[in-house]
Amino acid sequence: MADIAARNPAGHPTQQRSGLHKLMQRKSTIAFLMALPLILLITILVAYPAGYAVYLATLNKGMTRFVGFGNFEFLFGRDTFWLVVYQSCLFAITAVIFKAIIGFVVAHFVHNIPAKGQRKWRGMLLVPWVIPPAMSTLAWLWLFDPSYSALNWLLAIMGFEGIPWTGEAGWARFSVILVNVWIGSPFFMIMYLAALKSVPEQLYEAASIDGATWWQRIWYVTLPMMRNIIAITALFSLIVTFANFDIVRVLTAGGPLNSTHIFGTWAFRVGIEGGDIPLGAAVSLFMVPILAVAATFILRDITKRGSEV
Amino acid sequence: MANAAIANGEPTRPNYGSISRDRTWALRWSYFFLVLFAIFFLMPPVYMLITSLKTSAEISAATNPWWISNPTLQNYIDLLSQNQFLVFFRNSAIVSICVVILTMLISVIAAFALARMKFWGSATLATGVFLTYLIPETLLFIPLFKMFAWVNEVFDVQLMNHWWTMIILYPTLTVPFATWIMIGYFASIPKELDEAALIDGATWMQTLTKIFIPVALPGIIAATIFTFTVAWAQFLYPLAFTTSTSELVLPVGIITTLIKGDVFNWGQIMTGALLGAAPPLIIYAFLMDYYIAGLTAGATKG
Repeated sequence: MADIAARNPAGHPTQQRSGLHKLMQRKSTIAFLMALPLILLITILVAYPAGYAVYLATLNKGMTRFVGFGNFEFLFGRDTFWLVVYQSCLFAITAVIFKAIIGFVVAHFVHNIPAKGQRKWRGMLLVPWVIPPAMSTLAWLWLFDPSYSALNWLLAIMGFEGIPWTGEAGWARFSVILVNVWIGSPFFMIMYLAALKSVPEQLYEAASIDGATWWQRIWYVTLPMMRNIIAITALFSLIVTFANFDIVRVLTAGGPLNSTHIFGTWAFRVGIEGGDIPLGAAVSLFMVPILAVAATFILRDITKRGSEV
Repeated sequence: MANAAIANGEPTRPNYGSISRDRTWALRWSYFFLVLFAIFFLMPPVYMLITSLKTSAEISAATNPWWISNPTLQNYIDLLSQNQFLVFFRNSAIVSICVVILTMLISVIAAFALARMKFWGSATLATGVFLTYLIPETLLFIPLFKMFAWVNEVFDVQLMNHWWTMIILYPTLTVPFATWIMIGYFASIPKELDEAALIDGATWMQTLTKIFIPVALPGIIAATIFTFTVAWAQFLYPLAFTTSTSELVLPVGIITTLIKGDVFNWGQIMTGALLGAAPPLIIYAFLMDYYIAGLTAGATKG
C-alpha cells in the first residue's frame, strides 16, 4: 500500500500534453488523498494484524523466544486440535449445503405465489438474518434448555422422547448446525429469489410446452441459469460459516468435551482465555487455506463478470 | 437492478388449461410449505417474546411453555430500571452511531475516488477492499489483542477495556463492505453526468456531494443500514477487549451479566435479547426494500 504513495506522482503515463498531464496528476493526487483514510484503515487494522498473526504464531507462550513451527508441531500432536479441524469442516460444509438447499426451496415457494404477496413473505422470512446472531442464539439456547426445553415439550406431545440438544456430542453438533442454518438460509433465499426473477419466463413456458416435468424444468432451466449466483453465495457463506464465532460460543461454548469447538472459538479459548496468544494465533491461521481458496474462486468470478460487461 | 427485478413481479399470464390447473396446485403447496418455513423461521423470536412476558414462577413451573397464563411486563420494568442495562444500551447506541458516521464518511469518499477518479493502483486497491471484506474478525482479534498491549507500552494509551475502542475496531468490518457496495452503485451512474458537472467548473468534491450522493442515495441508505446492523450485532471484539460491566455493549452485556453461574433468569435474558434485537428489527421493518437491495448488491455487483 505504501508504494502507491511513493510512486504516485511519477507512475502516471506521461504521453499526454503537459497541461492535461498536470491536470491528471492533480486529479490522481486528490483521488489518492480521498482514498487515504481507507488505505490507512486497511493497512493498520487489517493487513498488518493479519501479517502479525503469522509472526505471533512462531513465538513461545511468553512471546520472548522464536520457536519456528513449534506451535504447529504442538497442535499436530494434540487430539483436541484434530477434533476442531474435523468439527470446523463438518460444521461449515454441512451448514452451507443445508442453507443452500433450504434457501433454494423457500425461494421457489416465494417465487410461485402471486407477486403482491411476495414482499410480505420475504420480509417475514428474512427476520432470522436481521436479529443479532448472539441474541437469537440465546433464544435457541433457551429452546434447547436441558430441563425446560420447549422443543422437547412439543416432542413429548407428539409422543417422542426428549432430545439432549446441547448435552451430548452428536446432538450438540447437530444443534449448532441447526442454529447456523436457521440464521443463514434467509440470506440464500433472498439471493436465489433475485436470481429466479432474472430467469426469463419464456424459457419455462417453452420447457412446459415440450412436456418437461417440474424436476426437468429445475434441472435444465433454473439451475443452469442460476449457476453463477449459487456458486458465489455458497462461497461467501462458506467463508462466513467457517469463521463463525457467535453461535458456537453462545450455544455450547465448545462443549460438551470440546466436541463443538471450531477454529474461531478454540482460538479464543486458547489465546484469550488460556493466555497463550501465539498458540491462539496459530489456531486461527488454520482458517487461512480454506478462506484463500474460496476468495480466489469469488475473485475469479467477479473479474470474469467485470470483463464481460 | 435486483431491486427493480423483485418489485416488478411476474407478468399476468393467460390461462392454458392443464398448465393453469398445475399452477393452482403448485400455489397451494407453496403456501403450505411457506407457512411451515415461516413457523420454523419465526419460532425463536416469538418464543423470546412469550418468555419475556412470563413471571419467573411461571417459567419454572412445568406448564405449557408456549402459553402465557399471567402476562406481565415485570421483566421489562426490572430490566429498564437497572442502571447497568441502560449503560449497555447507551454504549451500544453511541458505538453504533459513531461507527455509522465514520464508515459512511470514509467509504463514500473512497468509493468515489476508486470508481471515478482512477489513480495509480486504484484497481488493485478495489480488489484489496474486497479481499479485506472476506477476512473474518476471528482471524484478527488475537494479533489486535497483542497490538493493543504494544500501544499501551509505547504511547501509554490504554485501548483495552474501553467501549470507545469499538469505534476504532468496528470500521474494519463495515468499511470494506460499505465501500464495495458504494463502488458498485457509483459505477452504475452514467459518466456523462459527472463530465457535465466538471465542464461546468464543479470541483471533485462538489461533483460528489451535488451529484453522486443524491443519485446513489438508495445505495447509501442500504450501506448505512448494513453498517448499523453489523456494528450493533458485533460480538467477538467486545467480548475479547472489554471486561468491566460499565464498558460492555449490549449483546455481550446481556450474555455475561444476566447469565450468572447456573442460575439462569430466563425471563430477563429473553427480555434483554429481545430489546437487543429491537433496533435492527425496527429499522428493517421500515426500510426493508433498501435492506434487501443492499443484500443482493453486496454479492452480485462488481
